[in-house]
Amino acid sequence: MTESLQSAPGPFFGDFGGQFVPEALMAALDQLTDAYDKARLDPSFYAEIDRLGREYSGRPSIVTEVLRFAKHAGGARVFLKREDLNHTGSHKINNVLGQALLTKRIGKTRVIAETGAGQHGVATATAAALMDLECVVYMGEEDTERQALNVARMKLLGATVVPVKTGSRTLRDAINEAYRDWVANVDTTNYVFGTAAGPHPFPAMVRDFQRVIGLEAREQMLAMGGLPDAVLACVGGGSNAIGIFDAFLDDSQVRLIGCEAAGDGVETGRHASAIGGGRPGVLHGSKSYVLQDADGQTTESHSISAGLDYPGVGPQHAWLADLGRAEYWAVTDVEAMEAFRLLCRTEGILPAIESAHALAGAIKLGKELGEDATLLVNLSGRGDKDVESAARYFDMLPESHS
Amino acid sequence: MSALTDRLDEIKAEGRAALIGYLPVGYPSVEGSIEAMEVMVEAGVDIVEIGLPYSDPVLDGPVIQFAAEQALANGTRIADVFPAATAVAATGAPALVMSYFNPMLQYGVDRFAQDLRSAGGVGVITPDLTPDSGAEWIAAADAHGLDKIFLVAPSSTTERLHLTVNATTGFVYAASLMGVTGERATVGDAAESLVRNTRAAGAPRVCVGLGVTTGAHAAQVARYADGVIVGSALVRCLTENESLDAGLAALRVKVQELAAGVRAVRVRGETL
Repeated sequence: MTESLQSAPGPFFGDFGGQFVPEALMAALDQLTDAYDKARLDPSFYAEIDRLGREYSGRPSIVTEVLRFAKHAGGARVFLKREDLNHTGSHKINNVLGQALLTKRIGKTRVIAETGAGQHGVATATAAALMDLECVVYMGEEDTERQALNVARMKLLGATVVPVKTGSRTLRDAINEAYRDWVANVDTTNYVFGTAAGPHPFPAMVRDFQRVIGLEAREQMLAMGGLPDAVLACVGGGSNAIGIFDAFLDDSQVRLIGCEAAGDGVETGRHASAIGGGRPGVLHGSKSYVLQDADGQTTESHSISAGLDYPGVGPQHAWLADLGRAEYWAVTDVEAMEAFRLLCRTEGILPAIESAHALAGAIKLGKELGEDATLLVNLSGRGDKDVESAARYFDMLPESHS
Repeated sequence: MSALTDRLDEIKAEGRAALIGYLPVGYPSVEGSIEAMEVMVEAGVDIVEIGLPYSDPVLDGPVIQFAAEQALANGTRIADVFPAATAVAATGAPALVMSYFNPMLQYGVDRFAQDLRSAGGVGVITPDLTPDSGAEWIAAADAHGLDKIFLVAPSSTTERLHLTVNATTGFVYAASLMGVTGERATVGDAAESLVRNTRAAGAPRVCVGLGVTTGAHAAQVARYADGVIVGSALVRCLTENESLDAGLAALRVKVQELAAGVRAVRVRGETL
């Protein structure tokens, strides 16, 4: 029997991962790793996470078969794992509840977070309110403009939102600024990282907090007739994707497809497909695929989706891509928005634009495989935050707004 | 032993601490930055730390971020660091490079070490690479005879101080405070005890950086460290003056102030 790929512990995933950070942060990462290793073995820790899942965020999330949408996907059976129905509207809550509990365990009183679309920032602000932690969220200035509603949500929840004006003014710069805060305030502060990237222990720890998605979905699919032929999820940093993939990693007959944001198309250079259009490098504390120039300077990513607009990707995805266990597809803005429109019109479900990239992957794969295929899509978030962007894209705003 | 340690030991024999000055290559231009490095040496900097601009400098504050961003926007390349090292070496001052890891990795860690050595550089400071993650770099630096300067911080545990001291050659870079580069009103209280603990872990030479801004700061740090590292306060001389000439004049005055600082107090020798 081949070795299980599930829940690989890090710090390395093949050649990827590791800890490439300033010495000033090493003690904090060691402390976090130790605390997580202890918590992981403590039944009361996961009992508390399970309780919060049940009684606070609404787990298990349901699986919905989307019959009308499926007609546009070659007639394949299409099932959605409804992380959009979680409290705060996305899978991000799964991770932040775990990390906020861990923050309490290590006795820190302040959390910082980075956010792109605002979903992780909202989730962190929510967990901080629930657990009485001071919360500061770094967000690229460009993102604060395109996700103004989520900025207000974070403020309503008691968080301080710091618009980051350096560099590309998006998620990458928000992470840089969060690191700078952490270096200066590590005594009191824990960094609640939003995706399965960054230095060890984050890629493995965030994956572990998100793997509930795949554990539930695998059981739900078996109860509804059997394992799917493929599991699809959008990939920015890749936490929702690794969360749903993990439970299926050892089911070799199940294809795993990560849908990266191709923006205007990978060939145009204006995209956010780190695996599809980048090469191995070190960014934000770990080795993985990175969009970069010949000198290793990070290049700007482009996507209509703020949550996928990131030039890196989690190291476990880089490893799964190199192993050939998962495929990574490039989905353009146009393809994602068409899938977004279709799900709204055929099912009455407004997806996050991020998740619409996975829906576009399902349309393509369904057309390839036809009606005998069964596809499971992680609907990682809902689209309320995207109403204005989508309305602008489809030219539905009154003139004064466009 | 190396050209760097020889120089540090000569300076110690003069009864003072070394002044180590940082400037990023490529700001305001490659030529302008090299001229500024030469001016620093003329005005009293003993060792030059040449910054290689990087797009995601997580350990740098606003002044150095700004200069690095401008340098990259002006088209500065990795290869520009080598003529800068040659020019610094020609002044007689040891030339160090400070670089985040990814540019070195993409250039090829071994090739980077070889080209820097050929250009006259003597070592590299790696702000986001610790010895635990640095095997490839350590092998390349050793193969080409470059000093590997790793950092310690006030948060470093005793175990990590030993790990870092054992892997470091040249000098250990002690970060005076928990934070990023930038000017401060005072030098952190943590610096002196960190230097003491780093020496206790076996480091023969420890230099202090982060936040050193004035001649008085330099004099204070010179009492207990082998070298005083100044970055943002020097870079600001260039960023806040419109013309390069005015910037160089301000730089000269600032270096003279700092050079007087490291000479103000005689080091008490090995008793620390």
